[in-house]
Amino acid sequence: METANYYKTDMEFFIDMQRCIGCQACVVACAECETNGHESMIHVNYVDRAHTIQTTVQVCMHCEDPVCARVCPADAISKDEFGVVHTANTARCIGCSNCVMACPFGVPFKQEQYDLMMKCNLCYDRTSAGKKPMCATVCPSGALYYGTREEMRRMRPQSSPVNHFLFGREEVTTKVNVMMPADATVLRVYE
Amino acid sequence: MFSYHLNKKAFWIAALATLLLLALVFIGSRNLQNFDAALIAYLFGTVFATFGIVYRYAVWLQRPPTWLYFKRTWQILFSGRFLPYLWLFLRKSVRNIGFQYFIRPRGGRRWWGHFLLATGCMLAFAVTIPLTLGWIHFTMNPATSMDPAVSKLYEAHLFGFKVFEFRLGSIIASLVFNVLSWSSWLVIIGVGLFIYRRFTNGGLIATQSFEGDWLPLVLLVAIAVTGLGLSYDYAFLGGTTYEFMAVTHAVTVIVFLVWIPFGKFFHIIQRPAQIGVYLYHTEGNRKGMAVCPHTGKEFTSQQHVDDLKALTHELGIDFTINGQRSHLDYSPEGKRSMLAQAHLKARQESGRYFG
Repeated sequence: METANYYKTDMEFFIDMQRCIGCQACVVACAECETNGHESMIHVNYVDRAHTIQTTVQVCMHCEDPVCARVCPADAISKDEFGVVHTANTARCIGCSNCVMACPFGVPFKQEQYDLMMKCNLCYDRTSAGKKPMCATVCPSGALYYGTREEMRRMRPQSSPVNHFLFGREEVTTKVNVMMPADATVLRVYE
Repeated sequence: MFSYHLNKKAFWIAALATLLLLALVFIGSRNLQNFDAALIAYLFGTVFATFGIVYRYAVWLQRPPTWLYFKRTWQILFSGRFLPYLWLFLRKSVRNIGFQYFIRPRGGRRWWGHFLLATGCMLAFAVTIPLTLGWIHFTMNPATSMDPAVSKLYEAHLFGFKVFEFRLGSIIASLVFNVLSWSSWLVIIGVGLFIYRRFTNGGLIATQSFEGDWLPLVLLVAIAVTGLGLSYDYAFLGGTTYEFMAVTHAVTVIVFLVWIPFGKFFHIIQRPAQIGVYLYHTEGNRKGMAVCPHTGKEFTSQQHVDDLKALTHELGIDFTINGQRSHLDYSPEGKRSMLAQAHLKARQESGRYFG
């Protein structure tokens, strides 16, 4: 992959779900990604519509030890040298949905019409050429940001990027960060 | 540094399969009487490929998620609903293995490319593998060959038994003798469509690799072109390039065979697992669906959730919450909402929603 030479290793992805205003700009932009085959792979949903207008946004977190790959019966999911967890290998994926149901962040899509799992792969056509992912370039509220840690520190001095998550008893470490209160080191999903 | 641990179970299964194949070569060719010695290099390639394919398949099956689907497929097929599931199994096999129709919604040209390529390969396998193993051979009908006044009959034998005969010069004869040429053309057209995709699709250009994506296409086209060369060299060039074509064809085919267990072509062996997945989800949905505690909606079968809990436990992944519930009880949307609520709570407790 010749273009991979242009991947910027100092750039990181930062999410701040509280900044999501549910505008769906990222959803539309995501469909511009050629590695997704122009299918939108980002999730924006209401958290609990009956009680709040809170929305949340979710991209693939690109886990260090991806659960999706571990539960895949077809060895269809792989992580590259930059830590990007790629969408299912179309030749191998058997459409079982193990990854869809086991991903702790609820990221992979089962595309029923294609009999295939698809997911965000950090806009690899763009990031491997040194560009930013589509969603991060259009997000108007700063819920999605792609840049250096230094840029993020200047923009959000009261927050810390966190990439450790506790889902029940399982600790998951990711490439993508969630912006948390300044002293936080882990996001506990269940107390 | 390269290190590899031999998987003993897989090794013995592969060794047994290879010995079985060799025994079938002796039996099928009637103690090598019908074995074509000119194909000896192909035989070695096929034997090695058999060992490699079975070895890798056996290693693959030992992975817990793979074993789960393998085991469940046969349990479900031979359950009390054998006939409907056998029908589903056969229907999906013809549709998705024979015609690879699941690729059609991903793109018309993409499906045509794969269908032509796969059909060409399957036709060629159906002819060349039994020929290489000495299971089929052809002879001239002795009675007609002695009489110059009648048209000659050609006989096909399987495992030494005559299975059918056809008249030389007939349409059937033309189809039988040229089946490999036709399959080569199918492969060439299919590969051409895929090469076009790989030159024009930005997503593929970003993610493709030479070994994983281009080499298989190059290899297939080399096999097809040199295979055609063998026939057309005789037809149009008087056999002047035969040696080159024969050696290049043999080398490319043997590389193809030997590479099946290691590279992209292993997906040919893996694909039938998809049929098991259809059975699994059909049976799971019949038994009952899981309801997400957050969204209140059905999202997958309860069997799938329960199997995933057991599977993640086996893999050393523990999503249990307070020893009772599990993160796996939540639908993907529910999981995202749980994360967002936890994030909101952490922000609220810090006294700042943003910052």
